[in-house]
Amino acid sequence: MSNKKDNLVEVRGLTFKFGSRIIFDGIDLDLQRGKVTAIMGPSGTGKTTLLRLIGGQVRPSGGAISVDGHEVARLTRRELFELRKRMGMLFQSGALLTDLSVFDNVAFPLREHSGLPEAMVRDLVLMKLEAVGLRGAQRLMPSELSGGMARRVALARAIALDPMMIMYDEPFTGQDPISMGVLVKLIRDLNEVLGLTSIIVSHDVAETAAIADYIYVLSQGKVVGEGTPDELHHANSEWVRQFMQGMPDGPVPFHYPAADYAQELLSREGRR
Amino acid sequence: MSFFQQLGHHALAAFQRLGRANLFLWTVLVGVPGLLFRLRLLIQQLFAVGVLSLVIIVVAGLFVGMVLGLQGYYTLVDFGAEESLGVMVALSLVRELGPVVAALLFAGRAGSALTAEIGLMKTTEQLSGMEMMAVDPLKRVIAPRFVAGVLSMPLLAAIFSAVGVMGGYVAGVTLLGVDEGAFWSQMQGRVDFHEDIMNGVIKSVVFGVVVTWIALFEGYDAVPTSEGVSRATTRTVVYASLAVLGLDFVLTALMFGEV
Repeated sequence: MSNKKDNLVEVRGLTFKFGSRIIFDGIDLDLQRGKVTAIMGPSGTGKTTLLRLIGGQVRPSGGAISVDGHEVARLTRRELFELRKRMGMLFQSGALLTDLSVFDNVAFPLREHSGLPEAMVRDLVLMKLEAVGLRGAQRLMPSELSGGMARRVALARAIALDPMMIMYDEPFTGQDPISMGVLVKLIRDLNEVLGLTSIIVSHDVAETAAIADYIYVLSQGKVVGEGTPDELHHANSEWVRQFMQGMPDGPVPFHYPAADYAQELLSREGRR
Repeated sequence: MSFFQQLGHHALAAFQRLGRANLFLWTVLVGVPGLLFRLRLLIQQLFAVGVLSLVIIVVAGLFVGMVLGLQGYYTLVDFGAEESLGVMVALSLVRELGPVVAALLFAGRAGSALTAEIGLMKTTEQLSGMEMMAVDPLKRVIAPRFVAGVLSMPLLAAIFSAVGVMGGYVAGVTLLGVDEGAFWSQMQGRVDFHEDIMNGVIKSVVFGVVVTWIALFEGYDAVPTSEGVSRATTRTVVYASLAVLGLDFVLTALMFGEV
């Protein structure tokens, strides 16, 4: 009973179809308040879609997602926007507004929602930028930032309204080792210092395992493994071990399903 | 069988898109009153959409007016009616060429820019990012651009017509020697404010709504890839231009048909 109270996000029997393709087929997830939970899985398992479902940008085909006790799909647009003010999301691309400077990007949610006087907005923006180490870059435009810096600015923007949770969409993809290290440290530190709940969607096993408290592994629309990073490394499932250790062949075949190789080479024309 | 299936599929897709476009327009219109409190957003867009289109409008207006002056003179002089050149130039511009040509240029200059901008904002997840920050992109991004387009279009058409009249003056009076007094006085006497000028303004408002609507919707509905944005931009120019020409016929028939 007390366990239930601890969950900030609860996913129950979630199904989601995209056309005739089934992305999720009845998955259950519990994301505990104050923890870093990672959702992992191969590319194309709909991890980003999961974040969009939690953020209410797309509606599930079945099942329910509740965030802080509100069932996301049942909220009106106004209620949903209220909820989103308390959720931060870090997009893979950063999604900075390209016509605004770094400073104005971080100030954007504050100016839109807080109604604070400009002097206070300035102080808050500088504090958030200081937290990600980019106070010195406040006048730059997004086009002048490296990928890692853009993601840190986006992170500063995501925490501008002091949300209760942050969703990270592939935060480590395409980062050099230094920015990767910076991001790993930032995500963990922010979670501790600001008392956030973090959800990381990623397929970078080592980095994610280093900071996650709990990991769910998804594949083909199902949860195929869950546990602490340690438990998963020694999981019984061959599939989970293949994924965690990054082996090219195993239960997940190297080859995309295809007709018999010899037969296809010998046939005169490829048939559809 | 598969032919009919495809036909039905395309028809359904087209109607779905039309439905989405209407819902889109409705949502944007709902967001328009809120702009009164955020005039800065509107002013920025008026500059981008309107002021930056001025050069092409002025230059095109000048040349169109000059050509009208030349062609009109050659036709009218055979009947000894070259003193009516001012009326001819002014009426052609105010009733037809001003609104229509300005709208076509506007679709090419501002419409394509709007589609590309919105399409790229979608591709780079900026719109989606705004939504996740609880900011409605239809109100924050689309509505100011829509209002700016609708306000700019009649002004640009008016400037086009005014510059065109000057062009006609240069060609007719300065180069070909039409009597200056007759040029202006006949124009003043025969161009009616309600019948001619207001009808031209109504046309350009309608064109402004249609061109801006198409441009913004195409950008917002673009497939978020570079190819998708390029296609959407092309579609904006094609659809907007055809819509302007088609609507011009309808509006002309309604306005000047009877009498």
